[in-house]
Amino acid sequence: MENTFRDQIKLLSRMLFTFFFLFLILIGGLFYLIDNPETFESSKTDSLQDVTEADDKVENTIDLANGFIDDEGMEATIQNCTGCHSAQLVTQNRMSREGWKATIKWMQETQNLWDLGANEELILTYLSKNYAPTKKGRRQNLENIEWYELE
Amino acid sequence: MDRRDFSQKLSLAAMASILGTEIVFGNQMPSTYLPLGLQDSDPFKLFKKDGEMEVLNNRPWNIEAKAHLLNDKITPNKFMFIRNNGKIPENIDPSTWTLTIDGESVNRKKTYTLSELKTKFPQYTYQLTLECGGNGRSEFNPPAKGNQWTVGAVSCANWTGVRLRDILEDVGIKSNAVYIGYHAADTHLSGDPNKEPISRGVPISKAMQDETLVAFSMNGEDIPIAHGFPLRLVCGGWPASTSGKWITRLSVRDVVHDGAKMGGTSYRVPCETVAPGSKVEDSNMCIIESMPVKSLITYPKSGALLKEGKVLKINGHAWAGELEVSKMEFSIDFGSTWQHCTLEKPTNRLAWQHFDTSVSFPKKGYYEVWARATDSNGKSQPMVLPGWNPKGYLNNACHRIAVKVV
Repeated sequence: MENTFRDQIKLLSRMLFTFFFLFLILIGGLFYLIDNPETFESSKTDSLQDVTEADDKVENTIDLANGFIDDEGMEATIQNCTGCHSAQLVTQNRMSREGWKATIKWMQETQNLWDLGANEELILTYLSKNYAPTKKGRRQNLENIEWYELE
Repeated sequence: MDRRDFSQKLSLAAMASILGTEIVFGNQMPSTYLPLGLQDSDPFKLFKKDGEMEVLNNRPWNIEAKAHLLNDKITPNKFMFIRNNGKIPENIDPSTWTLTIDGESVNRKKTYTLSELKTKFPQYTYQLTLECGGNGRSEFNPPAKGNQWTVGAVSCANWTGVRLRDILEDVGIKSNAVYIGYHAADTHLSGDPNKEPISRGVPISKAMQDETLVAFSMNGEDIPIAHGFPLRLVCGGWPASTSGKWITRLSVRDVVHDGAKMGGTSYRVPCETVAPGSKVEDSNMCIIESMPVKSLITYPKSGALLKEGKVLKINGHAWAGELEVSKMEFSIDFGSTWQHCTLEKPTNRLAWQHFDTSVSFPKKGYYEVWARATDSNGKSQPMVLPGWNPKGYLNNACHRIAVKVV
């Protein structure tokens, strides 16, 4: 009888301790998230590197089937831009809205691109938001260096 | 590319416009089916390229090398960059292929078969540097539009063919000849048969140089399909776009050739230097001629970890368009001091030159080995980006590799 009571006490204290421990982890995690709100969002560069295989799912904001960033206007961009050239010719470029507009105009004047109608606004907004230039300066650091031992 | 997904996103009309023809019974085509003409192929197998080559664009095909892949003295096909403006011609038959010389400044139009070209004129082989005008575009700020080439859009292979000059002299050209322009069998991306993807050329003085060839072989074999089989104009030292592939016609013009990609911002830079990001009127843009002095460290590959006290052997190539490279230097202290490399003479005019040297490092740490070539006019490569231009041409800034002494 006495032993059973002791066992029950032991079990109860173990359970209490476990719950307390889990509670600590939860609170700690929440505090970490408050400090690091970007934890569950990948940055754009990360997601670009993630695209190694064509697939039909959308992962990390890049539509893996076509290589475009999944956002409003993507469908219109695919329909109007990838008829003649690959998505890569778009996604490797960075331009301001003005620059994208000038490119569309150039393609209309010289490359048989049709009138985009109401889609032009949508496409321009999509491109200038998702493929905007970043300041690079006059010379950048060497990046993505794969270190290897030289014999 | 996933076919189902791609098909779903493309309407029949869009597919038809890509194929350049109506899809008959298209309404009965299963929605999961992608027509053959649209399917991707493996570019490495298709063009016999090394797996480390970088595909920038698959429609049209644009593929570049990396610095360390270009270590061979004579660039083999597997490491040669591919730059296309249009679609590679299909069903090429060399037995029926002809080259026509026409234009305002020929006495009489004349057509040659491939075998006539090969037997009628003496053949020459030169090692010629071909660099894309936009090589290095990816570094420009503000960014420049187009394929974002890094450093690998350059090659120096052996080209065999006949001199363009010999052909032009056989045809007979007038004294008012200014320019030659090529026309080729590649087709426009839009499928429009009336449009040429690219039709560029060179001034008559460049056309008449010994080394300007109408070539039919590369590195001793038929020119690979992606590089212009069966006939290519080769103008070493100039933007590689002047070296027309799959050529069928050369026009001797009494004006500066005005074919596709000769005007606007194409292969042209501001005649006077402009601030980065400036708008430049077409009338203030000048055609690029000789490419500027440049070099690449092709060994070792960037990222070498070197044991302290060990000497690092480096080597690479340097070229200077129409000119020769007269001096080659390297720096391990970001340009504070420069030391000489051993530099070889070119095999022939317009061939790249090889350099090598041994580098010692004073202590452990992160280093960058910078390379700087100087041409025979005394012009050196800049360490920062050279003059900004709307399309990002002529970036000949020094190449560098990262090294860690551990």
